[in-house]
Amino acid sequence: MFSIVRSLWITFLHMFHKRETIQYPEEKVKLTTRWRGRIVLTRDPDMGERCVGCYLCAAACPVDCISLQATEDENGRRYPAFFRINFSRCIFCGYCEEACPTYAIQLIPDFEMGEYNRQNLVYEKKDLLIDGQGKYAGYNYYKVAGMAIGGKDKGEAENENPPVDVKSLMP
Amino acid sequence: MATVYIDNKSYEVGAGKNLLESCLSLGLDLPYFCWHPSLGSVGACRQCAVKVYKDADDKKGRLIMSCMEPVADNQRISIQDPEAKEFREHVVEWLMTNHPHDCAVCDEGGACHLQDMTVMTGHNYRHFQYKKRTYQNQYLGPFINHEMNRCIQCYRCVRFYKDYAGGKDLDAFASRNQVYFGRHEEGTLESEFSGNLAEICPTGVFTDKTLKEHYTRKWDLTNAPSICQHCSVGCNTIAGERYGELRSIVNRYNGKVNGYFLCDRGRFGYGFVNAEDRIRKPRVRHETVSRETVLEEIKRSILGHNVIGIGSPRASLQSNFVLKALVGEDNFYHGVNDNEHNLGDLVVKILTEGPARSLPLKEVENCDAVFILGEDLTNTAPMVALAVRQSVRRQPLQHAAKNNIVEWNDAAAREFIQDEKGPLFMATVHTTKLDELATRVYRAEPDNIARLGFAVAHLLDPEAPAVDDLSNDEKEQALQIANTLQQVQRPVIISGTGCGSEIILRAAANVAWALQKKNKAAGIVLTLSESNAMGLALLNGHRLQSALDTILNRRDDTVIILENDLYRHGPPSVVDEFMKTCHNVIVVDYLNTPTTQKASVVVPAGTFAESDGTVVNNEGRAQRFFQVYEPAQGMQESWRWLLNIGAAVDHPRLAAWKNFEDVTRALAAEEVLLRGVEKVTPPSSFRMAGQRIPRESHRYSGRTSMNAAINVSEPKPPEDADSSLSYTMEGYRGQAPSSMIPFFWSPGWNSVQSVNKYQDEVGHALRDGDPGVRLLEPKERGAAPYFSGIPEAFHPMKDHLLMVHLHHIYGSEELSNHSKPVAERIPQPYVMLNNDDAAERRLNAGDTLTFEVEGQAFALPVVISQYLPKGVAGMPYGLEGLTIVELPAWSILK
Repeated sequence: MFSIVRSLWITFLHMFHKRETIQYPEEKVKLTTRWRGRIVLTRDPDMGERCVGCYLCAAACPVDCISLQATEDENGRRYPAFFRINFSRCIFCGYCEEACPTYAIQLIPDFEMGEYNRQNLVYEKKDLLIDGQGKYAGYNYYKVAGMAIGGKDKGEAENENPPVDVKSLMP
Repeated sequence: MATVYIDNKSYEVGAGKNLLESCLSLGLDLPYFCWHPSLGSVGACRQCAVKVYKDADDKKGRLIMSCMEPVADNQRISIQDPEAKEFREHVVEWLMTNHPHDCAVCDEGGACHLQDMTVMTGHNYRHFQYKKRTYQNQYLGPFINHEMNRCIQCYRCVRFYKDYAGGKDLDAFASRNQVYFGRHEEGTLESEFSGNLAEICPTGVFTDKTLKEHYTRKWDLTNAPSICQHCSVGCNTIAGERYGELRSIVNRYNGKVNGYFLCDRGRFGYGFVNAEDRIRKPRVRHETVSRETVLEEIKRSILGHNVIGIGSPRASLQSNFVLKALVGEDNFYHGVNDNEHNLGDLVVKILTEGPARSLPLKEVENCDAVFILGEDLTNTAPMVALAVRQSVRRQPLQHAAKNNIVEWNDAAAREFIQDEKGPLFMATVHTTKLDELATRVYRAEPDNIARLGFAVAHLLDPEAPAVDDLSNDEKEQALQIANTLQQVQRPVIISGTGCGSEIILRAAANVAWALQKKNKAAGIVLTLSESNAMGLALLNGHRLQSALDTILNRRDDTVIILENDLYRHGPPSVVDEFMKTCHNVIVVDYLNTPTTQKASVVVPAGTFAESDGTVVNNEGRAQRFFQVYEPAQGMQESWRWLLNIGAAVDHPRLAAWKNFEDVTRALAAEEVLLRGVEKVTPPSSFRMAGQRIPRESHRYSGRTSMNAAINVSEPKPPEDADSSLSYTMEGYRGQAPSSMIPFFWSPGWNSVQSVNKYQDEVGHALRDGDPGVRLLEPKERGAAPYFSGIPEAFHPMKDHLLMVHLHHIYGSEELSNHSKPVAERIPQPYVMLNNDDAAERRLNAGDTLTFEVEGQAFALPVVISQYLPKGVAGMPYGLEGLTIVELPAWSILK
């Protein structure tokens, strides 16, 4: 008997507590920056595409919902010719982001992707690529990697000596 | 056998090996870089360090390089010793101090020995604070990409390229920690085996440039065991597909055929599969039509007509056999010209009726004397040339062994051998790349080459027919060759159909048979023109010429041409007339050829990558290639099209055959010479632990996304009715039977080096025997009489030149010509003359020579060579736009 009254009292008190329910969609959800939602492809500080088409995200994906094709521009810089994520399969686990060696693929705090037609959940590169660095500012893979690309020759990356002169006899 | 204690456990290992190879054979993981089963040890990378103990009481031990240490009985070593482990970790760390941070954009990534070994040793953090060394790259031609920053200076590339394959233009430059591997200047790598650098290099310095065009990681490829289609040797390959396109060809180890290597034509010639101008849809009178329409049209052309079928030396046994069954034995014609037909029959006769055994390619490497008659191996069967390069080292290596230098101790053995070479006798029309190794070179026209062969045979066995009026020089050469061949243990006679001369083949057979009589393990190797030329020769059928004659005398006929360009096998005027006279010409092919352009009905066949089939190589080894992927709608295997046609016309026999297995069983039952082809691979009902063998790795990606742009609902994966491989990543994860290994992979071994894990003894046979079934075995000694009919000595004719074919590795083979990177290296048509002949006619290099041969007129720019015998001229075989005529024949100069 006492416990029923007590339960009623506690429930009654909750009427005066701060509300947990929010009036979505009028009121937006507050999400942390690390929240794993919609996947984007970002750009490096020089606004070049960060993705180099290494296929690691695709390999890490447990539901195999990422497919892409790497290709190269005339200066040797790699980028994906196409990049497709099937969000109707995606489980937002974030493994792709973890696998990415260039910070290209990132999960951002946005979940508003509902569609009536499942086909519309297939995102191509034009839907994924954003004009910004996303969560990780400042990193530029090609400034670290030893490959020569347009505007950066051998020996011009961070922590590199100029190329060896093979014909030199100097010790 | 010796007992070795590794980490206090006793193992039985083969004596005479080194510790590294023994440990790997035992299945133990020991990292290494510079060692390779084919190249031996040099102890350059210091990666394979282990501890050796004096005896059971020795607790301290000492570090040694396991690749340089021979196995000894009761030896005690430790791989897991902390000091040894730490040493190996440090070595990798040193190697990695200059390694660029570019795995993500490196084509080797995911199949990289350096990655595997780094993970294996446990190194993961670069403590080195200073700057990285960098290099400029070189352009190395259309096959190989160069990225020198990734180099770890293991020297494997030059050891393979120079020491093993005899290349001249790749070397180590500079000194100390600046050593550079490349050419002396930018330019195309000249060796025919440069593609192997991509597999030999433990990291990504040399990578496959054709793969880079459509780059795919190893784990993303759908792979199937395949057989190279670009010459008669039948090297085993792994073909990989992604997004409906063939993406790469890599080596598939076969300890009897190709071992660890492939030639560049085989590795980079696959472009024809993806070619834009390929036949992909059925065509009726140049209109693209549906599958039903084309079958209806074919049905109409077959019913009530006389139908003949023309087979092909580049189509599988199954396709040729179904065609033969469809049109009936009397109406089946081999699609090769008379000369090739005769040569094929002769090769079969020599290998089945004579006493000399046709040697598997790998056994050629162990032969201690070689006599080559007529064949330019580097250009017609490059892998045989590579094997010959190893065989000239056989005798010197035996000398080294007498001085206690074991074969695997590569640097020491080479130091001991210096320039010593085993006996290699060459008798060829023109200079070849093997000349540099030859003990003696005899350059002559085909008839004289045959005469030298006959003379050698006569010297070996007086019962063999003698040759009259030889010159003194020829007599002396014959004597030298005969004496040498008699003195060695395992001689091999190599010849082939490249010269187009039956007499040379007969002479080669006589030499091999005469040697056999001396109780020698003498072997014979005869190369043929195309991938299944041997298979076709083993299949009963009529001559193409009689097909041409038959049709020309008869109207209202239908001809079905299987994967064949008749213009490569008959004079254009005759073929034109033939095509015109035929009522219906039905061509089943994948290449757009002059023949398909004249055909009334064209049926899109699948290439080797889209088909299952069996081919027989020059050794007589039947080998199976598996379908890599289901082709896009419309294309299917030739034999399946023919089965469909059979069903459409209610053919009594074909209607009963449903899949590959049915056809193969019928083939094995009916064709006497092909008994045993059904045993090449396990049947399609074969399962391992109840599962199929997956074509895809367990890391295969993009399954639910790759087709999502077309339809978000994934289609059901195709089911394979023809084999026990599956088109998915699901299935048995262990090792497949050796004849159907779709890719080599083992936990921790992602690179091609994982082959070690598929062999009981590293560098020897695959675990359940090397793939393939030998169909041809020799007869008892003395069963076949010697060939006679020795030709007259060659005499030049006034105003005439004896025209011969000169073969080119790039250009002479039909399929690879359609591959872009190979096409870049095809020479321009030319006619080659001897200096004296050119001077006599006042011709300079580049001038046009007009001549007629076999009724065909040619006008070609002149190339002058001092090596060509006088009175002989050569023209390249098979170049696009250059009519193929049956040679050798006299040409009339205009």
